[in-house]
Amino acid sequence: MEFIENVFGVIPSLIKAIPVVAQLAIGAMVLALVLGLLLALARLSKNRLLRGIAIFYVEIIRGTPLLVQLVYIYFVLPVFGIQLDPIAAGIIGLGLNYAAYLSEVYRTSILAIDSGQTEAALSLGYTPTKALWRIVIPQSFTIALGPIGNYFIAMVKDTALTSVIAVSEILKTANVLNAQTFQTTEIYTAAALVYLALSLPLSRLVIVLEKKARSRA
Amino acid sequence: MPKPVISIQDTHKSYRIGEKPTLWQRLIGKKDPRRTLEVLKGVNLDVSPGETVVLIGSSGSGKSTLLRCINKLEVIDSGRILVNEHLVGYRDKGGELVDESARETARKRTDIGMVFQHFNLFMNKTALENVMAPLLHVKKLSRAEARAKAEPALAMVGLQDRMENYPSRLSGGQKQRVAIARALAMEPNVMLFDEPTSALDPELVGEVLAVIKKIAASGTTMMIVTHEMQFAREIADRIVVMDGGLIVEQGPPEDVFVNPRHSKTRALLRRSGILDIPETEVLGVVGEVGE
Repeated sequence: MEFIENVFGVIPSLIKAIPVVAQLAIGAMVLALVLGLLLALARLSKNRLLRGIAIFYVEIIRGTPLLVQLVYIYFVLPVFGIQLDPIAAGIIGLGLNYAAYLSEVYRTSILAIDSGQTEAALSLGYTPTKALWRIVIPQSFTIALGPIGNYFIAMVKDTALTSVIAVSEILKTANVLNAQTFQTTEIYTAAALVYLALSLPLSRLVIVLEKKARSRA
Repeated sequence: MPKPVISIQDTHKSYRIGEKPTLWQRLIGKKDPRRTLEVLKGVNLDVSPGETVVLIGSSGSGKSTLLRCINKLEVIDSGRILVNEHLVGYRDKGGELVDESARETARKRTDIGMVFQHFNLFMNKTALENVMAPLLHVKKLSRAEARAKAEPALAMVGLQDRMENYPSRLSGGQKQRVAIARALAMEPNVMLFDEPTSALDPELVGEVLAVIKKIAASGTTMMIVTHEMQFAREIADRIVVMDGGLIVEQGPPEDVFVNPRHSKTRALLRRSGILDIPETEVLGVVGEVGE
C-alpha cells in the first residue's frame, strides 16, 4: 500500500509537465496538418517536380527514426548556425515527422472520394481547383478524421522522445525526480499512468468525433 | 433556321487502353504498348433551340461518351463541338484544338447542366446545400439569394419537404431529383442527361421521368441518353440511334420506332420489346438501308 501511496505522491509533480506536453502535441499537430496537406497535394499534382519533392520528403522522414530527427534538429542544426530552444525543436521535429505520415492519410482519403463528385462539380462550373477545395477535400476530412485522431494520440505519447533534447515534459521530469529520490519503480509507474490518463480520453474523443462526422454523410 | 444550340461536327474520340509506358521505357525508345479504341468515329449532330434529342443505342455505342464530350468531361481527338456557338474547353489555333484556361471552361459549363447516372450528389451536404453550393461557390450569390433560387428549384422537383435531408437519407429517385434541381438552379440553356434512370429501382423511374418531361415542356434544349424506350418515344422531338461510334439513324420518334430502317435500330428495338415483328418480316417489307 505504501507503494501505491508513493506513486500517487509523485503524480502531482508530473502533472505539472502536462502543459508542456500539450504545447508540443498541439503545436506539432498544427504544423503536421498543414504541411501534410501541402505534401499530399504536391503528391497528387500533375507537376512531376512537385510530386518528386513530396515523395523524396516522405521517404526520408519515414526512413529515419523520429528520435534521430529530434537529435539532429537540436544538436546538429546549431553547427549550421540554427539554434532552437528545446520546445521549438520538439515542435518542429514532431511536426515535420508526422506531416509525412499525415500526407499519406490525406492522399488516400482524397483518392477515396468518388470521381463523380468532381465531375458533378466541374459540370456545374467549378474550376478543378475549386472542386478540389470546396467539394473533395471537405469530404475527405470525414474519412481522414479517424486516422488523424490516432496519429494525434500517438504524437502525445511520442512527446516523451523530446526528453532527450532537454524538454521538461513528463519523462524528463520523471528522470529528474528519479535522480533525486531513486524511487525508480514508483516514479516511472506514475509517468506511465499520466500518459495513460491523457490518451484514454483522447481515444474516446476520436471515436465520438468520427461517429458524428459519419452520421452526416 | 435558328442557329443550333449544340453543334457536333465530325467528332472523333478514342481511349488508350493499358499501362502507360514508364519514363525508363520511353527513354530506351520502347513503343507505346497501349491499344487505341475508337469510340466516336466522326459524329455530326446539330440540336436546335428547345429541341429534345434522345440518344439510344446498345452499350458501347458511344452515346454516353458523346454526351460527356459536349461539356469536356471527355477530351476529343478531332472535330468540333460548339455549344451556344462556342467551343467548350478549347481554342481554335489555326485549325488545331488547344486547351483554353480552366476558368474559361468553367464559365461555359455553367450554361450546360448535366445529370448523371449515379446522381453524384455532394454526400456531405443536405439536399438544399447541394442546390445552393454552386450558386454560392460559382455564381457567388449571397446565402439569401442562393436560398431564394434553390428552394423553388427543389419545389419544382417535388422535394420541398426533403430539403434538410442528407443524400444518405434519400431514395434513388429523390437523389436524382435533387441532382436535377441542382443543375436547373444554375439556369443553364442546355441540359444533358446521362442515363438518368439506369441506376434506379423500377418503381422509382417514373418520378424522375415525370420531372424530365416537365423540363422538356418548359422549352429547355435537352440531350438525353437513355434505355427507357417508351419514355424516349414520348419525350423526344428527335431520336438519334448510335452504333459503333456513329449515328446510324435519326428522325422523329414515330418514324424511328414504327418504321426503323437500320438493322441495328431494329435489333435494338426488338431487344427492348418495342418492335415485335420478327427480323425476316421487317427485312422483307423494308429492305436494308445504309449498310
